[in-house]
Amino acid sequence: MSVATANPTAAAGAGEAAEPILRVRDVGVVYSGSTVALDGADLDVPEGQLTALLGPSGCGKTTLLKIIAGLLEPSSGSVTVRGREIEGPGPDRALVFQDFALLPWATVLDNVAFGLRARGVARKEREETAQHYINEVGLGGFEARYPHELSGGMRQRAGLARALAVNADVLLMDEPFSAVDEQMRRKLQEDLLDLLKIENKTVVFVTHSIEEAVYLADQVAILSRRPGRVAKIIRPDLDRSGDVDAIRRLPSYVELVDEIWASLKHYVE
Amino acid sequence: MSDPTSAMTSSGGAVVTGEAEVSSSSRSTFLWRLASFALAFGLWELVGRIEISLAFPPASAVMRAFFEMTASGEFFASYADSLPPLLVGLFITIVGGVSIGVAVGLARTAEWFFVPVLVIFQTAPVSAIIPLLTYVYGIDDRSKIVAIVILGLPLVALNSYKGIQATSPSLLAMARSFMTSRLDTIRLVILPSASEMIFAGLRLGVSGAFIGIVLAELLITPTGIGDLITYNRSIARYDKMFAAIVSILALAAVTLGLMQSLETRLFRTEKRT
Ligand SMILES: Nc1ncnc2c1ncn2[C@@H]1O[C@H](COP(=O)(O)OP(=O)(O)O)[C@@H](O)[C@H]1O
Ligand SMILES: [Mg+2]
Repeated sequence: MSVATANPTAAAGAGEAAEPILRVRDVGVVYSGSTVALDGADLDVPEGQLTALLGPSGCGKTTLLKIIAGLLEPSSGSVTVRGREIEGPGPDRALVFQDFALLPWATVLDNVAFGLRARGVARKEREETAQHYINEVGLGGFEARYPHELSGGMRQRAGLARALAVNADVLLMDEPFSAVDEQMRRKLQEDLLDLLKIENKTVVFVTHSIEEAVYLADQVAILSRRPGRVAKIIRPDLDRSGDVDAIRRLPSYVELVDEIWASLKHYVE
Repeated sequence: MSDPTSAMTSSGGAVVTGEAEVSSSSRSTFLWRLASFALAFGLWELVGRIEISLAFPPASAVMRAFFEMTASGEFFASYADSLPPLLVGLFITIVGGVSIGVAVGLARTAEWFFVPVLVIFQTAPVSAIIPLLTYVYGIDDRSKIVAIVILGLPLVALNSYKGIQATSPSLLAMARSFMTSRLDTIRLVILPSASEMIFAGLRLGVSGAFIGIVLAELLITPTGIGDLITYNRSIARYDKMFAAIVSILALAAVTLGLMQSLETRLFRTEKRT
């Protein structure tokens, strides 16, 4: 395990992080004139890895993710993907929403195919692709179901399949598992790690759970309280080669959770 | 675990309603409706037979008058007068109302102007103005059409507008994140999401339109079904008067039923939560 400062160039050093695919530079956001949600946020997201954005609620995690997604324009600073500054949403990034954002009147198949439809992919092709990812996230057999017929966990699997279907390099997930119960959340976390072994994706994963961040992430970016900025980068470097459920028993996992809690504690008090 | 086609093993999660449940519940609502009709008619028959007043005949007498008037062609003659303006008025109410509501909801530029006007029309006792239409259009079909539109269109337009406005911001953000074009966003997200409110407005608007035609025929142009009601009241044939009222109610109910099935067809409302 290693702890680096907020300085992104230092964080990217030592050859442990891959080349950043996504760079956030000095991003500031002011909402409606007065609320400063982000101020001078810097972040490098290494390609093919999972970066967790961790911080207390209201610190600007969603705001930062929306900026990376191109849904929100920063008041200052820039976001680049492969060196090119983003101008709004792009085919290189796909979002997974906290509230799933599934169309209630459309089947799982139509929901998963939505992004492809928006891109003008022909029906047969988009349904084949959607079906592939429906199977991959473990929703096979439910393609004709409607969202209200599914549990929260299954709905988020559909949301994940929809993001995977457009074949973006970067997946942006905003507290994707926070709306499901604890047991289901663990299952979804394990399944996500398994899935990422097959799909080579860069993931930015927003969470307020220290355990979730340490369990999933190659790199944890800790955001400070408002105005938010990336206060600290931690690379858990856990041994993920074995079974996914063994990770939670690693001594280094437990230690790291404690350490992050110690450094976050003063924000809560 | 390493099977590439199913990395995420399907795990539990309750699957709620099945098809069977949906259809059995719709059958039971149909039975309940039938029971409600039977009860209402039973009460009517009962109260009518007590003969509180000559002006309130029992249901059976009204039914008899209904078939009599159908056979004699009285209904046919009246509806030949009422239906053309009713259809034109309904068309304007539906097409105009939905267009205005959707356009204002989407563009939001004329919002400040349209919304207060529509709210005023919706809440004002418009029936009080209907007799004044004579001064503008005289006693021809145009007065009837205007009466229908005044009573129906604001309801349709306002509800369509509200439906568009109520589109979930989260779904809109989703559409935007997948770079959905404006047209596709309207077609695939906004309109389906607003459809429930739009159809609720259409139901209100169509009811308003039926009230409009009857009011116009009662208050300004004594023709058609309104005249059939007035005339039979004036000669104290209350059974026929009520039969005429029942006929217009039945027509309204059939129209609303047709719209309901159109809505279900188009937007599968029965599948929604
Ligand atoms: N649309 C908005 N208008 C005004 N303030 C907002 C808006 N969205 C978020 N905020 C404020 O910005 C801060 C950061 O919000 P957010 O990014 O949602 O935090 P987080 O996701 O970490 O909980 C909060 O204080 C929130 O109240
Ligand atoms: Mg948030």
